[in-house]
Amino acid sequence: MRIELDVNGEQLEADVWAGESLLYVLRERLGLPGSKNACEQGECGSCSVLLDGELVCACLVLAAQAEGHEVVTVEGLAGAEGLHPVQAAFARAGAVQCGFCTPGLVVTTAHLLERNPDPSEDEIREALSGNLCRCTGYAKIFDAVKLAAGT
Amino acid sequence: MSAPPARKLQLGRVGETVQRVDAIPKVTGEFAFSSDLFAAGMLWGHTVRSPHAHARIVSIDISQAVPMPGVQAVLTHEDVPGAKHYGLEFPDQPVLAIDRVRYFGEPVALVAAEHPEQARRAASRIAVEYEPLEPIVDAERALAQEELHPNRPTSGHGYREDPRPNVVRTMVVRHGDPDAEGDVSVSGVYELGIQDQAFLGPESGLAIPDGEGGIDIYVATQWLHVDRDQVAPCLDLEPERVRIHLAGVGGAFGGREDLSMQIHGAMLALRTNRPVKIVYNRQESFVGHIHRHPARIWAEHRADRDGKLKCVRMRILLDGGAYASSSTAVTSNAASFACGPYAVENALLESTCVYTNNPPCGAMRGFGAVQTCFAGEAQMDKLAAALGVDPVELRLRNALAPGDTLPTGQKLTGSLPVAEVIRRCAAIPVPEPDGLPRDAIRLPGGSGNVTRGEGVRRGVGFAVGFKNIGYSEGFDDYTAARVRLFTDRSGGLVAEVHCAAAEVGQGVSNVLVQVARTELDIVDDVLLAPHTTATVDSAGSASASRMTWMSSGAVRLACAAVREELDRRGGSLDPGEEIDIERIYRHPRTTPLDPETGQVTGERAHVAFACAAMRVVAEVDTELGLVRVAWIGTAQDVGKALNPQAVHGQIEGGTAQGVGLALMEEIQTEDGLITNASFTDYLIPTALDMPRVVAELVEDAEPDAPYGVKGVGEPPTVVSTAAVVAALRAATGRELARVPVRPEHLAGL
Repeated sequence: MRIELDVNGEQLEADVWAGESLLYVLRERLGLPGSKNACEQGECGSCSVLLDGELVCACLVLAAQAEGHEVVTVEGLAGAEGLHPVQAAFARAGAVQCGFCTPGLVVTTAHLLERNPDPSEDEIREALSGNLCRCTGYAKIFDAVKLAAGT
Repeated sequence: MSAPPARKLQLGRVGETVQRVDAIPKVTGEFAFSSDLFAAGMLWGHTVRSPHAHARIVSIDISQAVPMPGVQAVLTHEDVPGAKHYGLEFPDQPVLAIDRVRYFGEPVALVAAEHPEQARRAASRIAVEYEPLEPIVDAERALAQEELHPNRPTSGHGYREDPRPNVVRTMVVRHGDPDAEGDVSVSGVYELGIQDQAFLGPESGLAIPDGEGGIDIYVATQWLHVDRDQVAPCLDLEPERVRIHLAGVGGAFGGREDLSMQIHGAMLALRTNRPVKIVYNRQESFVGHIHRHPARIWAEHRADRDGKLKCVRMRILLDGGAYASSSTAVTSNAASFACGPYAVENALLESTCVYTNNPPCGAMRGFGAVQTCFAGEAQMDKLAAALGVDPVELRLRNALAPGDTLPTGQKLTGSLPVAEVIRRCAAIPVPEPDGLPRDAIRLPGGSGNVTRGEGVRRGVGFAVGFKNIGYSEGFDDYTAARVRLFTDRSGGLVAEVHCAAAEVGQGVSNVLVQVARTELDIVDDVLLAPHTTATVDSAGSASASRMTWMSSGAVRLACAAVREELDRRGGSLDPGEEIDIERIYRHPRTTPLDPETGQVTGERAHVAFACAAMRVVAEVDTELGLVRVAWIGTAQDVGKALNPQAVHGQIEGGTAQGVGLALMEEIQTEDGLITNASFTDYLIPTALDMPRVVAELVEDAEPDAPYGVKGVGEPPTVVSTAAVVAALRAATGRELARVPVRPEHLAGL
């Protein structure tokens, strides 16, 4: 089947098999591998994207469900003027090690700061608790969120 | 020759916090991990795995799978072109099972198809007839059961002869008088479950045939050259026709030392003459790599009235699972570090690893020292209680110092500031308890805790740990680096660094670049070439906390040689002219331990050591059995911090993995079958579980290492499990001799 969706501000079409997740279609059919597949059951947050502005795990959304909707992935955050402030903060604060969780955390953080521009540490922990990171122990990720909130 | 360009060279030398060279592509999503690779005409590979922990294979029928839509190849052991077995240290593992499977998830057959779902569906049509056999699942009973490997792959390698069935290795360290008595004696039996590395990027890679019978494999791994040396014989190819290239690695922690998809992907690609990509899903990843050895440890510590350790006796039993992997080295490490960073006159340390039909175990961050630190530090607290001495004071009284002798007879000639890390850690102020009532997010169990905190008790624990840096026992370990110096179009002098050191997230790419910037202060720019077997000799493994030391040593040597050559040519290069020099760095040589006594046969069996001390404040809800780790302070011996921000990141992340083992992480098995192979059921610490870590870096230069550096990744993981459980014991008064500690072990005081 053919679906149409708005990804990062662009109208795209894809021929998909009905069982394919939004994550698979983004990664394998639309050439956007920034969203990561680490668990495929909504536990790790590595595939976090915005669907009509709401944070979702792309692995739990069928591509067909996204037809006609707006999707923003990590690739769509940076603007013409450069990195999104959250991206710049993650790089500067040392919040990145292996980086596999980073795209999901960057999208989740951007979504958090959109709703709550000055979150407390508890609010940051709560908002990021659906995104697993195995490398950092999270401290520098919290630093990055605060750094981004201040910019 | 250009003028010295101050702009670039003011930044990024050794000792400075420098943003990761891969930070920007990683935050934008452009960085290509091994699962992100694509090639035109690419097929998807899938692995058929054993549903049994132990079975005889009666027959394999692929006839229903071959004609399925999209299928391009279906392969079994009969299709392995060369050697049918491989292994990281001993070739005891079949590329594809032949007549027997020895663990749940063992690879049996391969499929390549146009779409991953087609490959999965075809795989389900492969009919494998098994005759189930009784699985060997208890490490103690394994020593009297049928041999899983009757040819005893690890015997004849200079290890102690142990005739009992299923022994991978036994190591005995006898030091002084093992029967020496003390005034006080404490004992205990300790147990650790199987921990998984749980790196987020699942095993994956892309194999591309070169059209001439050779193969290029792009894969997430920890040691490119040792992969090549295992893959090539199985493909019946000369090593140079197998080129391994590092693809983006989504974490490793020891779990990528052994092969995963490398041979399988190459077999499918060579058979179909098309690129083949294999990506494991999370469930498959849990059976796709080795784990941390579960252990049972019997310990007795004897001390005099002043708290000086007189004798340590410890028996360590490790379950290695179905294949050897790096179990022999883990066995040795467990014994070598069993006494902790303490001076002990007399010791009897026996460490045995056995084959079973449980999940195979091998390298994971901390490598044998994690298990014995958990037992040994619990013993030190018992001893402190028995003597009425403060636990920190007891540790100070016994702290190892340079000049002391280890139980293996090795004299400490390098740096090991045990007393200093203890003092520095103990001096970090512990915060006052959070008052009650408080927001549920700061109660044990978080928002799931519906009480007002009436059952919360607080405990403070302290632990110290140490382990080796680098490969041990005579292993001929080296790292190569190549530096190419040339002029760019604008006349600037550029150094290009080639080193096959695997960037697994730890930040070694920055180390390579920072060292080159430090040593070649004449250049305008430093470039980092791709990590590959194609252009440079081996870097060794990104493991054993060795890579920063070894690769900085190698790059420094190559830079010095380049600089000397440049000077010989008058200090400048003409356009088009270049200098290209490769150098090999070796650390001080080690020699084996005596198989009978476990004593050194030369000056040293281990290259060097690093230690850490940690204090943990934990709160336990004794009604619900839930835990909140409220605060962690640590002081770690790092030699010299080449990139302080990255060092802190290693300490924080390494600590989190130890917190996980203490509180939640365990691969659960039933008759050898893994029952929790998902992130729903295998839990790792989240942003709600980890406190911030207050870390002090103790920079005591290692005399044998470049810049005085030490590896920093493992000590925090070694010490944190012990420190967390010490805090839980202080809160509850319970013995808590097994990790992970479960709610039922804490509830109902």
